[in-house]
Amino acid sequence: MSDYEGVAVYCETKEDKILPIAAEGLGIGRKLADTLGQKLSAVIVGGNISGLAQQIISCGADKVYIVDDLQLKDYQADVYISVLEKVIKQVKPQIIIMGQTDYGRELAPRLAFRLGTAATMDCVDLAIDAESKRLLQTKPVYGGNAQAVFITETDPQVVTIRTKAMEALTPDTSRKGESVTIPADLDASVIKTKTLERVVEEVAGIKIEDAQVVVAGGRGIGSADGFKQLDELAKLLKGAVGASRPPCDNGWIPDMAQVGLTGKIIAPEIYIAVAISGSSQHMSGCSGSKTIIAINRDKEANIFRQARFGVIGDWKKVLPAFTQKLKELMAS
Amino acid sequence: MNIIVCVKQVIDPEAPPASFKIDAAKNRAEMHGVPPVIDPYGEYAVEAGLRVKEAGGGKITVISLGVNLLREVVKKPLAMGADELILLDDEAYAGGDSWSNAYSLAMAIKKAGAFDMILCGREASDTNAGQTGPAISEILGLPCITLARKIEVKDSQLRIERVNSSGYDVIESPLPAVVTVSNEIGQPRYPTVKGIMAAKKIEPVIWKPTDIGIEAAGTGANTQRTKLRKLFQPVYEGKCDFAAGDSPEEMAVDLAVKLRQAKVL
Ligand SMILES: Cc1cc2nc3c(=O)[nH]c(=O)nc-3n(C[C@H](O)[C@H](O)[C@H](O)COP(=O)(O)OP(=O)(O)OC[C@H]3O[C@@H](n4cnc5c(N)ncnc54)[C@H](O)[C@@H]3O)c2cc1C
Ligand SMILES: Nc1ncnc2c1ncn2[C@@H]1O[C@H](COP(=O)(O)O)[C@@H](O)[C@H]1O
Repeated sequence: MSDYEGVAVYCETKEDKILPIAAEGLGIGRKLADTLGQKLSAVIVGGNISGLAQQIISCGADKVYIVDDLQLKDYQADVYISVLEKVIKQVKPQIIIMGQTDYGRELAPRLAFRLGTAATMDCVDLAIDAESKRLLQTKPVYGGNAQAVFITETDPQVVTIRTKAMEALTPDTSRKGESVTIPADLDASVIKTKTLERVVEEVAGIKIEDAQVVVAGGRGIGSADGFKQLDELAKLLKGAVGASRPPCDNGWIPDMAQVGLTGKIIAPEIYIAVAISGSSQHMSGCSGSKTIIAINRDKEANIFRQARFGVIGDWKKVLPAFTQKLKELMAS
Repeated sequence: MNIIVCVKQVIDPEAPPASFKIDAAKNRAEMHGVPPVIDPYGEYAVEAGLRVKEAGGGKITVISLGVNLLREVVKKPLAMGADELILLDDEAYAGGDSWSNAYSLAMAIKKAGAFDMILCGREASDTNAGQTGPAISEILGLPCITLARKIEVKDSQLRIERVNSSGYDVIESPLPAVVTVSNEIGQPRYPTVKGIMAAKKIEPVIWKPTDIGIEAAGTGANTQRTKLRKLFQPVYEGKCDFAAGDSPEEMAVDLAVKLRQAKVL
């Protein structure tokens, strides 16, 4: 079809590590490359990142392309896209895998359109079509009510993958690979937008993306005060408090607590959903949880379709009694 | 300030999941018995545009691409306070992918005249793609800022707060630019009675592909780079274990005991 060949993973980095989603990209990328009988390469862009090459190779890559320049230390959309465009034109991979991260969400489509091809966002499954050898890209649509399988007819086939949807390989430090340095050759004329500042909004306690137990509240909680009760249960279970979108929109809890398609995608051991109806958009963010427990007064609520344990009742009555009983049981 | 807002007509994403059905023959989804709405994130984009207009004056032109767009649906942004409505409504636009649609929208934007800002939603509720804004920016060679939660214009410079998972980035950009809007911008306003009356009087402009300088074969399904192979509904085997008891308190105790027994907690 074209002279594009091989699979490439763009590995986003943070501090001196590649992001977990980059390792997941390498995991699925390895599988796809093996199926095609082709090479898996990785691309890293940043300042002082050359040392990451071995880590990337141990996660499955055959070859690592490194663009290391102190001016690339912080993400700037226009600069990163033009650097990636240059690397991709040189490497010519048939498939490009990126993470559906804060930045991957804009990098992937802009890069794809600039290269004259197309991207498929937020894939939860990737496979090679036996007949056409094209990439079968499965992604949730309609907020998760359905899934679509797409094929991109142009090369490179660009995709982003959803957090925790694919498996990383167990790192093998004895794996051998090659690394290639590509000069950044930055061209200031490409820069249109500039990030002036990065504001980190600190959250007290454990972050929901790291917590083993998440107690989440929905519109039915009704107020910021209500969330204090969820907080009490979360503390008891050494967990974090999350929310569906309405409580965030209403300012009952910071935006960063939002779980779902346009919030955080998490997969804790236990997810306790209180007064959340379980819209497909919300479930997109928590359906990977090991055990979902739901408290809702509506027995028809969608959340019960995915919950393992449930209580049909008013959370204002259920929650205090539940927290109290757990306290007793955990003390004994 | 000339502001363009792209808004799409979609099946209602807030309808109960039980009314969601897939028409396997057409590989298309529908909400049974629930009328379509404008895409929620498009509505946030309209709200963002109205706020910019309120702060510094200007005109808001809404553009919507689709087939058989319902006037009572696509006129909602006018009722919220937008000034003009352009509809790219023609069979030829049907079946396009993100690129096809963005290309037609971009051509319409060029034809509509001078503009300073193009607003899109962060992602449509049907495609969940988040590609249209970035695509328009690449097609027109414009700066692009995604996931805006605050938009300020000062001395023809844009200052935007962009949402990220641990806070936000502050980004500066020259105009004209493409901005995609997130829900953190704030709740879209409800149309007022006055707004609804005003919207009734505004006639939408309708452009066929040839009106925006593209052949009928240069849009819609003909120009897909991405093809839909299959559309299906994931199934969940519901096996929820409900707590028993005569009162909410009893059920709560039963749940706690069950979770302990199952060694979940
Ligand atoms: C493109 C797109 C992206 C979106 N992204 C997200 C996302 O990332 N995250 C997200 O959460 N949403 C998202 N949404 C919104 C989503 O569609 C729903 O509107 C939202 O999830 C509903 O939140 P909820 O369940 O808290 O509210 P509701 O649907 O209003 O449900 C409230 C529930 O609380 C129950 N309840 C009320 N009072 C009580 C009580 N006293 N005791 C017990 N139960 C009670 C009710 O029975 C009901 O089931 C998105 C929407 C779109 C279109
Ligand atoms: N057919 C369309 N007509 C007008 N605007 C659209 C259309 N499709 C997408 N958009 C805009 O682009 C945003 C993102 O859509 P998407 O890229 O499909 O996720 C939407 O919220 C709209 O603002």
